[in-house]
Amino acid sequence: MSEQQTVSESALIQSKAQQSFGQYMRAWWGRIRSGDLGQLPVVLGLVLICLVFQWANPLFLTPGNLVNLLVQAAPVITIGFGVVIILLLGEIDLSMGYTAGVTAVVIALLLRAPIVIEGVTSVEGFTVPWYLALLLGLLAAVAIGLVQGFFVTVFKLPSFIVTLAGQLALSGVVLLTVKGLGTLSMRDPVILGSTRAFLSPEVGVIFGVVIVVGYAASEIVGRNARRKSGLNAKPIEVIAIQTVVMAAAMALLVIIANQDRGIPVGFVLVMGMLVALGYLTTQTKFGRYLFAVGGNKEAARRAGIAVERIRLYGFMLGSLMAGVGGVFVLARLGSVATSTGGGPLLLNSIAAAVIGGTSLFGGNGKMSSALLGGLIIACVDNGLGLIPNIPADARLILTAGILIISVIVDSLTRRNQARSGVR
Amino acid sequence: MAAQHNVQPILELKGATKTFGAVQALTRVDFRAIPGEVMALVGDNGAGKSTLIKGIAGIYPFDVGEVTFDGRKVSVTSPRDSAALGIEVVYQDLALADNLDVVGNMFLGRERVNSMGRLDESTMEQQCIDTLTSLSVTTLRSVRLPISALSGGQRQTVAVAKAVMWNSKLVILDEPTAALGVAQTRQVLNLVRRLADRGLAVVLISHNLHDIFEVADRITVLRLGHLVSELVVKEVNYEFVVKEMTAGQLSRVPGMGDHE
Repeated sequence: MSEQQTVSESALIQSKAQQSFGQYMRAWWGRIRSGDLGQLPVVLGLVLICLVFQWANPLFLTPGNLVNLLVQAAPVITIGFGVVIILLLGEIDLSMGYTAGVTAVVIALLLRAPIVIEGVTSVEGFTVPWYLALLLGLLAAVAIGLVQGFFVTVFKLPSFIVTLAGQLALSGVVLLTVKGLGTLSMRDPVILGSTRAFLSPEVGVIFGVVIVVGYAASEIVGRNARRKSGLNAKPIEVIAIQTVVMAAAMALLVIIANQDRGIPVGFVLVMGMLVALGYLTTQTKFGRYLFAVGGNKEAARRAGIAVERIRLYGFMLGSLMAGVGGVFVLARLGSVATSTGGGPLLLNSIAAAVIGGTSLFGGNGKMSSALLGGLIIACVDNGLGLIPNIPADARLILTAGILIISVIVDSLTRRNQARSGVR
Repeated sequence: MAAQHNVQPILELKGATKTFGAVQALTRVDFRAIPGEVMALVGDNGAGKSTLIKGIAGIYPFDVGEVTFDGRKVSVTSPRDSAALGIEVVYQDLALADNLDVVGNMFLGRERVNSMGRLDESTMEQQCIDTLTSLSVTTLRSVRLPISALSGGQRQTVAVAKAVMWNSKLVILDEPTAALGVAQTRQVLNLVRRLADRGLAVVLISHNLHDIFEVADRITVLRLGHLVSELVVKEVNYEFVVKEMTAGQLSRVPGMGDHE
């Protein structure tokens, strides 16, 4: 007994020992073999989808189309961020599409261009400053989250029902507001710029450098902190390799984008949100509590966490992200109509989060899953559009097939992980 | 051993009574827990074991009864009160978040953050390893594994370690070995003994007399909401305890007054 004790007692202490590069890589390979693939399948799936579409139409991987794709993906990725937050809590928000729609409508109303027909102004223009319109639009989104979250947390109603009702109500609001006006167009250069402006080549390079250097710096700071506390840390060689891979990917992206219009401002905003929300969910108490509530509500409650407040904040934050997605929707189209926020927007955003590997059952997920999943959705959308002679009905069915296949791949890798006890 | 020492109990209940509607769940029960000792709490289903610990934990406060903790009379009316006194309860369902790792669970609700509000993972991991090592936890490979990857015994260990990490003085374990295999039961019982040897008062609820005879110093027997007896483990055998549980004389019978 005592011998077994001393042997295994050192197991935990051994877990603090520094690993050499070789040991780290062997442990990593062991994890891969045991089925802990992380986001590797999603990345490979993205590459595969790109290759297939490139084979179907060589226009797919041209700089111009890739830049389009980044712009096109922005709304789904951003709303997808909100979906991830809600899914982490083990809830669902079906109203996110129309939350985006309402935000777009509010901003468009406040910044609307006058409608002049034959010299007669039929609708007066509005000229509030763009930032005020943006603020009010996003406040509307947060308020939607607050109200829905209130029903879910105070009246203990299922979020599925509350947000289903919310979706209906909000689609009514969009209809009511826009109906009398037909389409509502908006020409504010700043709001439009969120998807229509591009970084100049030099700024694009700086953007790439900032991302790569920022990544390397945060890894090295984290490593030093762990070493200082006497814990095992990532070997410096691994950080170097990861940084090089990342630098290569960023360089490729910047070079390709710079051959066309440059890195879209929308993509920069998406990356900024990814970093901020990634930090919030993994490095702060609030983020930890999101996971805890989604994983085991009772455990969270007993640990003294204000469970209902965390859920309420989650709904508000999710709606805020949907609202930001609405800004991108508005900026891409330059106008809102009665259908804004409807259609496949919501389901694409949920699909993006789930394809990227966020669990529908709460407690497991990452912000980056919305980015990867959103890119896959945008690729499918964009790629199918480039293949001539595919009618709309076939496109819908093909899209569904591709989504199902990617979720099957994800669930199979997950089952392997469960079997190997990783998850 | 420790059973013979006459140590001041950390927790002492006198005349604890609790009714739920027409049901008299506890009738004037006396109970105590002594530092450095494992007090087993046994009784058949419906004997009032759960009601007793929920009263101590402040989940269902006693209707009547005097609670003395650490020599002071206290009133425990919420789980927060009991936690503030240093009473930790590990319930059967453990209340661990499967998706979080060991560190995340041990510090849940009491995370360390740096001055920027960022989680201080290194400090928490370090402290977590220290606590587990000091409890001679033998089976855990890494504190960064999610709870879902751990065995039942390892989960129980984490739940217990979490309870003792916060300077608790009294740890109450509700059926800690109920769902475990032989080897894992052994680990958990070793851990229970170690807690007492560190000077904590431990209350162990169990249906398994074998376990109790292995780690407990004293046994409190409840029957039908009444205290039957408090026994010293070394002075009794299985048969006697079983008899006390199923047919023991109730020390106090309602309507008959005290006869002690």
